[in-house]
Amino acid sequence: MHVEVRGLNKKFGTFQAVKDVSFHIAKGQLIGLLGPSGGGKTSILRMLAGLETPDEGDIVFHGQRVNDLPPQERGIGFVFQNYALFKHMTVAENIAFGLEVKKWPKAKIKARVAELVELTGLKGFESRYPHQLSGGQRQRVAFARALAPEPQLLLLDEPFAAIDAKIRHELRSWLREMIDRLGITSIFVTHDQDEAIEVADEIMIINQGRLEQKGSPWEIYKDPQTPFVAGFIGESTIVEDIASLRGFADTLTWPGTKGLIRPEYIEVGKEHEFPLLSATETGRVKHIHFRGSEWLVEVEIGAIKLVTYRSLEKEVLHPGDAVHVLVHRAYLFNDNDSWVMENKLKEDPMPVHI
Amino acid sequence: MMRRLWIGLTVLVFGLLLVIPVIRIAQGAFDAGWSGFWRGLTRPEALHALLMTGIIAVVATVVNAFFGVMLSLYLVRATWLGRRLKRLMNSLVDLPFAVSPVIGGLMIVLLLGPDTALGGLLGRAGIDIVYALPGMVIATLFVTFPLVVREVMPVLQEIGSQQEEAAHMMGAYAWTTFWRVTWPSIRWSVVYGVVLTVARCLGEFGAVLVVSGNILFKTQTATTLVYQDVENFNLTAANAVALALAAGSVLLLLFMEWAKSRKEVH
Repeated sequence: MHVEVRGLNKKFGTFQAVKDVSFHIAKGQLIGLLGPSGGGKTSILRMLAGLETPDEGDIVFHGQRVNDLPPQERGIGFVFQNYALFKHMTVAENIAFGLEVKKWPKAKIKARVAELVELTGLKGFESRYPHQLSGGQRQRVAFARALAPEPQLLLLDEPFAAIDAKIRHELRSWLREMIDRLGITSIFVTHDQDEAIEVADEIMIINQGRLEQKGSPWEIYKDPQTPFVAGFIGESTIVEDIASLRGFADTLTWPGTKGLIRPEYIEVGKEHEFPLLSATETGRVKHIHFRGSEWLVEVEIGAIKLVTYRSLEKEVLHPGDAVHVLVHRAYLFNDNDSWVMENKLKEDPMPVHI
Repeated sequence: MMRRLWIGLTVLVFGLLLVIPVIRIAQGAFDAGWSGFWRGLTRPEALHALLMTGIIAVVATVVNAFFGVMLSLYLVRATWLGRRLKRLMNSLVDLPFAVSPVIGGLMIVLLLGPDTALGGLLGRAGIDIVYALPGMVIATLFVTFPLVVREVMPVLQEIGSQQEEAAHMMGAYAWTTFWRVTWPSIRWSVVYGVVLTVARCLGEFGAVLVVSGNILFKTQTATTLVYQDVENFNLTAANAVALALAAGSVLLLLFMEWAKSRKEVH
């Protein structure tokens, strides 16, 4: 289903939960609504579902305004954060509920339930009650139940929040696969950026009720459009005095400009590891931490503290070592503008060819 | 040693307060043998009084169960009721617990008695409220009103509204959602509240006495009959009716224990 939202606003009392949000979603896409808790993601989802009424703005499905349509008539599947399974009904009864309400013939209901039980790998659990299932199984029941009436749009509110980390990974890829196979337009809410990056075709970053940026995970990572997005996605350190870093002196042109530097923008190492020393700063290793598959290195350049990773294959650094630090690029921002700047000294100004 | 003392003391208090009175009532009821008990219970005035108590219990319980569930739903779920209004209504529900039943009855007399504007108007239309069955039902309703609400509201709060919202998303409107999703979760609490209501209806005395005027063969209930029998030193008959009431209540409480265990299962 093609979804379009225009100028959505919602207030709860005096709290503005959603501020002037507009977007559109193409058919068959899997969209992640990502942002900090209390940022308005769930409110947007609930307004799409019809469980909350927007104060202003239009919600359009397939070119038709659905604001006045009750949730019962919107043809949306909704997976709740805690699944909201009917606890007095078995797995099969839970899945059949929506079909019974829609007065499907008995034989068709039976066939559809069997199909979904098969699809979600719940075979053999049909007559169990929700309290007899594990978290992951409950999640799949909720998913099957939402899909049963063949909705055109699937909404998932923090679908993996209540599941332990290991199973969460499995379920994520399972869900991605399932949605690809069914080709159903889906929107899920999450506060976990790894989850959004891993699963979604496109991410919408929501903060304080506003849509900060919409784009593919790679676009958002590579080209964040607001300081919030830059800081929220990935890891980063904010450097107030960015002009003092070698290669970024040009930033003096814009007073009040700060830099945001990700660990992966930085290389740290001994003198002989860099072909072009003129672009590097000298610093001192402050701490190193073993992170399973790499070293996390904290390095100090004068008053500036930076964080980066270093391969286990390279020479091991020690706290107190004098090192060279190459900052490849920084995300710069001030009150009016933001942009990405490459290290100006990385290109050898006087290449010597032998 | 200390422990034994405490256990002994507890048993003593329990016995003095609960067991001995029941035994005394049973003894009193049968002090003229089985026929004495039977005579006391099947006197025309006793039969009429028990009938009145029965009618009041049935009407008050049905009305309370229905409106108790409705009010609980509104107080917990309705978004169109302001939060402050909800809090006020929620505390008003407890009013009958805080106010003496006699005062509750008195309020009804003052509001709807034959000498008041409203009561006079209804009286001219041929409807007697006070010193008649309707007033007694209203008085009993007043006293028992919190019982169902206080049982159902916490359960509604605990189950939350997500299951209901899930049902809405699957196309179920309010009626279907209530019967297929909400009701199975609250039914044992409703049963529990209903049992408490019936037990209270059987035993209610103060409010009904004030409102009914205790008129023989007209507005006399089982409890007010016992009161009158005691006044008249007709102790065997008083004990017989009292024993019948006590037996009814005990049966109800046993049923309630069973309902409670069901409530915990689901």
